[in-house]
Amino acid sequence: MTSPLVRAPRKNPVVRTRVPNLPPGMRSRVALGLTAAAAQGRFELQVCRDCGRVQYPPREACCACLSHRLDWRAQDGAGDLVSETTLRHSFELFFRERMPWRLGMIRLDCGPVVVAHLHGDCPAAPARVRVRASLDRAGQAVLIAIPEKDTPNMADDRQLREMTCDPKFRKVLITDAKTALGQALADAVVAAGADLVWAGYAEPWKKSPGFERMASIPQVSLLALDLTNSRAVRDIAGEIGGRVDILINTADYHRNFGIAVRNGIEVARAEMEMNYFGLLRLAQEFAPAMRARAADGQSSAVAWVNLLSIFALSSFPPHGTYSASKAAALSLAQCLRAELASAGVRVINVFPGPIDDEWSQALPPPKIAPGRLAAAIVDALRSGAEDVYPGEVAEDWLTRWRDNPKALERELAAASR
Amino acid sequence: MSDAVLMQLVADLLAGRIRIIDLTQTLSPDFPQIVLPPEMGQAWPFRIEETSRYDERGPAWYWNNFSCSEHTGTHFDAPIHWISGRHLANGSTDTIPCAHFIAPACVLDCTQEAAADADFLLTVDFLRNWERQHGRIPQGAWILMRTDWSKRTDPVAYQNLDETGQHTPGPDTDAVRFLVDDRRVLGFGSEAIGTDAGQAFHLKPPYPCHYYMHGSGRYGLQCLTNLDLLPATGSIVIAAPLKIKQGSGSPLRALALVPAPTGAPSRRPQGTVRKAAKVAKGRAAKKRR
Repeated sequence: MTSPLVRAPRKNPVVRTRVPNLPPGMRSRVALGLTAAAAQGRFELQVCRDCGRVQYPPREACCACLSHRLDWRAQDGAGDLVSETTLRHSFELFFRERMPWRLGMIRLDCGPVVVAHLHGDCPAAPARVRVRASLDRAGQAVLIAIPEKDTPNMADDRQLREMTCDPKFRKVLITDAKTALGQALADAVVAAGADLVWAGYAEPWKKSPGFERMASIPQVSLLALDLTNSRAVRDIAGEIGGRVDILINTADYHRNFGIAVRNGIEVARAEMEMNYFGLLRLAQEFAPAMRARAADGQSSAVAWVNLLSIFALSSFPPHGTYSASKAAALSLAQCLRAELASAGVRVINVFPGPIDDEWSQALPPPKIAPGRLAAAIVDALRSGAEDVYPGEVAEDWLTRWRDNPKALERELAAASR
Repeated sequence: MSDAVLMQLVADLLAGRIRIIDLTQTLSPDFPQIVLPPEMGQAWPFRIEETSRYDERGPAWYWNNFSCSEHTGTHFDAPIHWISGRHLANGSTDTIPCAHFIAPACVLDCTQEAAADADFLLTVDFLRNWERQHGRIPQGAWILMRTDWSKRTDPVAYQNLDETGQHTPGPDTDAVRFLVDDRRVLGFGSEAIGTDAGQAFHLKPPYPCHYYMHGSGRYGLQCLTNLDLLPATGSIVIAAPLKIKQGSGSPLRALALVPAPTGAPSRRPQGTVRKAAKVAKGRAAKKRR
């Protein structure tokens, strides 16, 4: 059984901070199919459309009948641990620094035999286990076998924690904690064991309901932060940038206009100023220190979360300028992900449908509740995912977009008539 | 004659017999901007982005690009700012006669009233009482309402918002009409974020100071500071907005000239100017050699 994680002693300031080394990150284009599914928290394997064979590792053709008609299908990952080994030596720097390391061979019920990282709570072979696909620090899918049934403190497993971005004993910056979502997130990360939450707020003269309650949580520390103010972002980064382990950018400017229903560009500009340039300012000021601290002990800098919108994939014309700002933010978030990848800091993009707030008043349910969205973000931090589509609307739109982006464009255009 | 007046003015400034008071708040990203319902168009706060700072973006020079509303920080309101003044000739920042940019000021001390009641409304009675003490308000003067509101350096206290909106002092409707029609003032200046009171939306008409002042071609000054350093009468305000084409207003550097209190020590060290002139002469002489 995993012993619960203990808060690490304070860092010795005269010792060189460990440089982030990454596990092997090369994958073939076909193997990236595993990563694409793991990015959304799914374990998928290739299934032959002709003979039904499930195969691993990913290949160009079916290993049984040579058909190239292979589909990625979700697998439940149940299987038998048939053997295990504990690595005590490796030429890979990442593993060399983290010895010993437990690996197992698992015969999946769906057929293939896989080699996977082995959770400390998995009993000695033979035993039933579950195999999950997770992104590792290199941002690539790896397989990890966990016990058949959840065990206490499972998330505290040393090897698992090297894959996840668990908030436990970490310091979290929430850029806008004035909204219901920001407050729900503060609650959620504190409940998940965060050591400290910096709760950002702009325009202090405007009160927001619930803010004082959140401010009274012992782990919460208030921070005057307006992402449209470059100097403020720089000053705050100078103050706390070297301590932030998880950054959750919830700052969002959302108005409900297309092109024709609003004169001028001021609203669109305000949306871009916050949603796009705000992210850019934040990234320029906070990312360097996070990169530098990506292997800084048990509570290293691990994740950067962006609150995007499902409207980033395809414009929702009634909220057209907002959609455009979120599409711009998505593009920038991909750039940030690429730049943080070499340090192993994960960029998690969250694409909710309409949130149940004042700026989606005119949209019919289902709308995602702030508390549910916050829970989905914490889930993503604890699992190995990097793209999150929480709630029914987001899932539905994603499915339609993947199936046929042009059809979705037409359907959303019809919504604005 | 006027030559002599100007020379005397310069001499008095140099000698510290006339002091220059800065009535301007610093343009800073932290200074609050006016609050409107969020679905309406919004005034930009002051924002500043570095262009270069002796670095790869410009090795030997430092400069910034900044953005703000015409109505950010200490600013001037032109008549076309309000719907009542929209058809007036010479009502925008580029067409207002320059002669209006320098004018005497009457400073009304409302500090006690504003301290007792954030929603304090300036009345005709108050104005008449002021005139009994300081004389009739001259035509073409700025009326500056001193409330010490600018001493509220915490933006929350400065904005003073609650569930019913903003609570800041300003004039009532009759006082504005009295100033506009009976005293023919140049404009109205305030230390708070608007010339109108925070709750002036509920007056008749809404925002009477904007409505009548601008409707009659008069001006506004907002977010002033240091009014406590001005005498009730006898100061001159220099308030020239930027020459924005069809501008409704502009941030500005508002200054006041005030006579130094008699017997006060001169603020400017004597001889500085003369010394500077000597140095300049010496340099020129060297060049010639």
